[in-house]
Amino acid sequence: MKVLVPVKRVVDYNVKVRVKSDGTGVETANVKMSMNPFDEISVEEALKLREAGAATEVIAVSCGPTACQETLRTALAMGADRAILVETDAELQPLAVAKLLKAVVDKEAPGLCIVGKQAIDDDCNQTGQMLSALLGWSQGTSAYKVTVEGDKLNVVREVDGGLETVVLKMPAVITSDLRLNQPRYVTLPNIMKAKKKPLEILKPDALGVDVAPRLVTLKVEEPPKRKGGVKVPDVQTLVLKLKTEAKVIE
Amino acid sequence: MSILVIADHDNAALKNATLNAVGAASKIGGDITVLVAGSGCAAAGQAAAAIAGVTKVLVSDAPYYKDGLAESLAALVVGIASGYTHILAPATAFGKTVAPRIAALLDVAQISEITAVVSADTFVRPIYAGNALATVQSKDKIKVITVRSTGFDAASRTGGSAAVEALAPAPDAGLATMIGRELTKSDRPELTAAKVVVSGGRGMGSGEAFKILEPLADRLGAAMGASRAAVDAGYVPNDWQVGQTGKIVAPELYVAVGISGAIQHLAGMKDSRVIIAINKDAEAPIFEIADYGIVGDLFTVVPELVKELG
Repeated sequence: MKVLVPVKRVVDYNVKVRVKSDGTGVETANVKMSMNPFDEISVEEALKLREAGAATEVIAVSCGPTACQETLRTALAMGADRAILVETDAELQPLAVAKLLKAVVDKEAPGLCIVGKQAIDDDCNQTGQMLSALLGWSQGTSAYKVTVEGDKLNVVREVDGGLETVVLKMPAVITSDLRLNQPRYVTLPNIMKAKKKPLEILKPDALGVDVAPRLVTLKVEEPPKRKGGVKVPDVQTLVLKLKTEAKVIE
Repeated sequence: MSILVIADHDNAALKNATLNAVGAASKIGGDITVLVAGSGCAAAGQAAAAIAGVTKVLVSDAPYYKDGLAESLAALVVGIASGYTHILAPATAFGKTVAPRIAALLDVAQISEITAVVSADTFVRPIYAGNALATVQSKDKIKVITVRSTGFDAASRTGGSAAVEALAPAPDAGLATMIGRELTKSDRPELTAAKVVVSGGRGMGSGEAFKILEPLADRLGAAMGASRAAVDAGYVPNDWQVGQTGKIVAPELYVAVGISGAIQHLAGMKDSRVIIAINKDAEAPIFEIADYGIVGDLFTVVPELVKELG
């Protein structure tokens, strides 16, 4: 079974983002970029399935500009077998990405797609579910634990009140949550090896996908600032202020 | 405008977040229909009919809707979608799993976790863990939206008398089966609906130490939460996590104990009305957004606070 893992290049999670002064977006020039953390978890899960003999090949896919090749090389250095870049400079929204991924799935015929549950830039949490819908496959979102059992997939999911377990018919799309695994570190020898692994480049047009955005971003602004930073000397003062100033307790 | 709100419920009762989604629908304006799809879910349907502002309730009852699995539910919604300009779901685990599936099948975008309605086609949503707010306009005929509960007042559970109609179930997609649930049992209020939340972080040092927060939560009638660090360390269950990828809360009072204030945690609680931080590190970022900060050992400060509150 092939496993397809989409990886997204995003602003690194340690970067404190700044809204551009013209309100068109956030500053991404000269900012450290990395693989979306949830996608790292997806790559790790696919590698574990391959190591356990449940998967034969792990294919990393990214959609976006040329620079996404770096993200794909990271996936290859982690251990993915090969990579595909659907190259475009166009703005890609989740529906367009799901359509591009579907086109890649149609070509590659994987038995499983492992998608990060959300990207930490747009915080959408859509692509995996959309891909699953377009393929007519089953979906297991916010996966906490995944086990392959024959032609079925057991997925323990993180839900609002705890955990729930679903059995999915394969092929399936799962979306990885934080606690699915701990992604491995990339080592220097593996980075060197990754440079020699195949990286194929496709174009949206050739895949027959219209990626035109459906949502127009009218403006991006900073959220209102909280006026915090007041320290109180002791518990007595705190309680007094909670009662008389904030009026949150009686 | 004709709005369909997909109810999150457990067949017997509606989840609170459903009421906030109806609240968002009333901001858009127009007829509001609530869909209750479940199994033996008549009670939830009646509850939906009683919500103020709801025009109509559709109840679709089939064994395979019992667990809210997205594959079958999406097919049901897609079948009736052409009658609506907007399809809303609360941004709960349920809503987030089903809404994108509906949108993709309708070939429309989905707008995630809106916090404000600007007009019938324009909405505000946080991006980058809430460090920026995007105002987005949809060009699609049908707008599929998930609603962040903290952005909208809940519609009243009473005052409505909507007509309840049966909706014929769509065929079972037969792709997924629920085989088990382990839900955290608690007598405390639900985290996302609580007026007061007491959360612990890595500074707690152990799961055992969370016991020290219980008398405080008892006194304040609070739900208990945690930072990702505390959850990752195994101190408390996953569903306690407040943050960008966990629960988003905005209570009247949020008490952050032993929480340093990582960006992704702040994303989940910074819209709380009043924030208290208790931390021994005076430089912890949590103090920058806290209305009242106390620098000190939580194991001393928390019991003192309980005593002072009486």
